[in-house]
Amino acid sequence: MDRQLLTIEANTPVTADTWHMKLTGDCAAISAPGQFINIRLDGFFLRRPISIYDHEDGWVSILYKALGQGTRAMSEMTPGQTLDVLLPLGNGFDVSLCTPHTLLAAGGIGMPPMYGIAKELCSRGITPQVALGFNTEEDILPLQPFRDLGIEPVIATADGSFGVKGFVTDAMETLDYDYVCTCGPEAMLKAVYEHMPDGQLSFEERMGCGFGACMGCSCRTKYGTKRICTDGPILMKDEVIW
Amino acid sequence: MPNGSNTKQNPLATELCGLKLDNPVIPASGTFGYGQEFAKLYDINILGSISFKGTTLHERYGNPLPRIAETPSGMLNAVGLQNPGVDHVIAHELPEFKKIYHKPLVANISGFSIDEYTETAEKLDAEDQVGILEINISCPNVHNGGMSFGTSPEAAAEVTAAVKKVTHKPVFMKLTPNVTDITEIAKACEDAGADGISMINTLLGMRIDKKKRTPLLANQTGGLSGPAVFPVAVRMVWQTARAVKIPIIGMGGISSADDVIEMMMAGASAVEVGAANLVNPYACKEIIEDLPRAMKELNIDRLADIIGAAL
Ligand SMILES: Cc1cc2nc3c(=O)[nH]c(=O)nc-3n(C[C@H](O)[C@H](O)[C@H](O)COP(=O)(O)OP(=O)(O)OC[C@H]3O[C@@H](n4cnc5c(N)ncnc54)[C@H](O)[C@@H]3O)c2cc1C
Ligand SMILES: Cc1cc2nc3c(=O)[nH]c(=O)nc-3n(C[C@H](O)[C@H](O)[C@H](O)COP(=O)(O)O)c2cc1C
Ligand code: FES
Repeated sequence: MDRQLLTIEANTPVTADTWHMKLTGDCAAISAPGQFINIRLDGFFLRRPISIYDHEDGWVSILYKALGQGTRAMSEMTPGQTLDVLLPLGNGFDVSLCTPHTLLAAGGIGMPPMYGIAKELCSRGITPQVALGFNTEEDILPLQPFRDLGIEPVIATADGSFGVKGFVTDAMETLDYDYVCTCGPEAMLKAVYEHMPDGQLSFEERMGCGFGACMGCSCRTKYGTKRICTDGPILMKDEVIW
Repeated sequence: MPNGSNTKQNPLATELCGLKLDNPVIPASGTFGYGQEFAKLYDINILGSISFKGTTLHERYGNPLPRIAETPSGMLNAVGLQNPGVDHVIAHELPEFKKIYHKPLVANISGFSIDEYTETAEKLDAEDQVGILEINISCPNVHNGGMSFGTSPEAAAEVTAAVKKVTHKPVFMKLTPNVTDITEIAKACEDAGADGISMINTLLGMRIDKKKRTPLLANQTGGLSGPAVFPVAVRMVWQTARAVKIPIIGMGGISSADDVIEMMMAGASAVEVGAANLVNPYACKEIIEDLPRAMKELNIDRLADIIGAAL
């Protein structure tokens, strides 16, 4: 982990409340999908943790939902502005554990890390299945990046306006898999957990530092106390205590 | 003077009860872990000392989540003294610390009874790496203990006297600002034999989750720290420095070299930097490196000369 000054190259809305931001700078230390960055914003004391969506040499991108004051301020930023960012944070998904029949399942803004895993798995010759849940058709996040990898995500919407009516777990029922990587709100994670033979889950928690110093994010696991920011955000299925 | 040696020429040098510090900057307990995360970023031996995470006799998981909330210019925390317990700290954390930090440490200790304080203090007193014992009688985030010892002069004196009996190292009592008159507590500690005062711990606060219509933190209340509390801390250090003769480690909202100077003018012999480390992991390093500039601007030759200059 280190502090980097990144420059906004693009910051564009992809749905009514979600933005895509591309940042250029030194991102060489990023080592696994599911890692996150912690962004300092003028006028806010704590940093904002956001998952890495995609990255290559010299750039990183994120998808973020403008929910509160900080993310709304981000949505008003313009190309050329710089951001003070800590990266990479967290353990990330261990892609080497994925089987040939891996399913990537996400709810809402839990999608970004799924793209990172899909990209990594495809480079290893495994094409995963992808199931995504959204509230309504308008909320569906960009699917083209998955299609470019040769994957057609199965979509569920809570109101039935697109794809399967229901939650991501309803979309999962139509699929055949033996390993799951998942990210999303806690209620969704819990539901997916009940449907997964084995796999990895990404958790969200309020953070003081994001790099292991404050114990603000500690949770109990079957193998002792872990810090979501450094020992997580990804936990293995067998260690989770709800 | 990045690796300031403790010679007469070092303009940043200061002293706490005979313990010489290369500079007054000490990361505050609970905001620097056991140094490992920061040692990966810079040589932490530039620090004056380090106050490590509050240690209790037994292991503690701490409070349920969420434990952190943002505030204007600061944060609330309700970590609740999560730590692996004193025996584990001595067996594992201190040996790991030794590999990355070669100066005396400040051992921060908490308890839920007088016996817990003394047993923990006795064990840490026996460790060569420990230079100062900082007795936290001010944690607002644990029930039946912590802060309750720090809100009455009698109880504060009782803990002080009991800890002094079992230790040989300087004992700094860490005080809570959540009292009517902090100088009364400080005086009671001084009279009971305290070698110094550490102040301030966090101010009790609360945020509401407006969507859920409940307190945001699972513990309901949390301790406020960060720049928001700086003037409160300066005022309390200043008042206490006028009331006691023992040295003070001043803290609360420090995030710049200029803040360090202001706190020392208010009466602090050294300072701790807390929340600033969490948002800027290089905070202490940058403060130390910027001190010569800030001193020059204010015509300060030696930092030690300005301790209590504003009293
Ligand atoms: C590991 C991790 C990865 C994340 N990845 C993404 C992502 O890819 N895209 C995305 O849109 N969001 C993501 N989030 C959630 C994102 O951090 C919050 O939505 C954001 O911090 C809200 O900030 P705000 O100022 O808009 O909201 P406010 O409610 O005003 O924020 C107040 C404080 O609460 C914290 N906070 C509020 N909601 C959350 C939350 N859900 N999780 C953690 N802290 C919170 C903020 O960081 C801030 O300190 C992630 C969170 C974590 C922990
Ligand atoms: C996350 C966090 C954890 C803390 N843990 C402890 C602790 O274990 N023991 C203690 O004496 N003080 C603890 N404190 C209080 C700080 O040491 C310090 O007194 C206070 O935060 C004021 O300084 P600041 O404004 O620079 O943060 C903690 C503070 C924070 C923010
Ligand atoms: S957020 Fe500070 S330890 Fe995880």
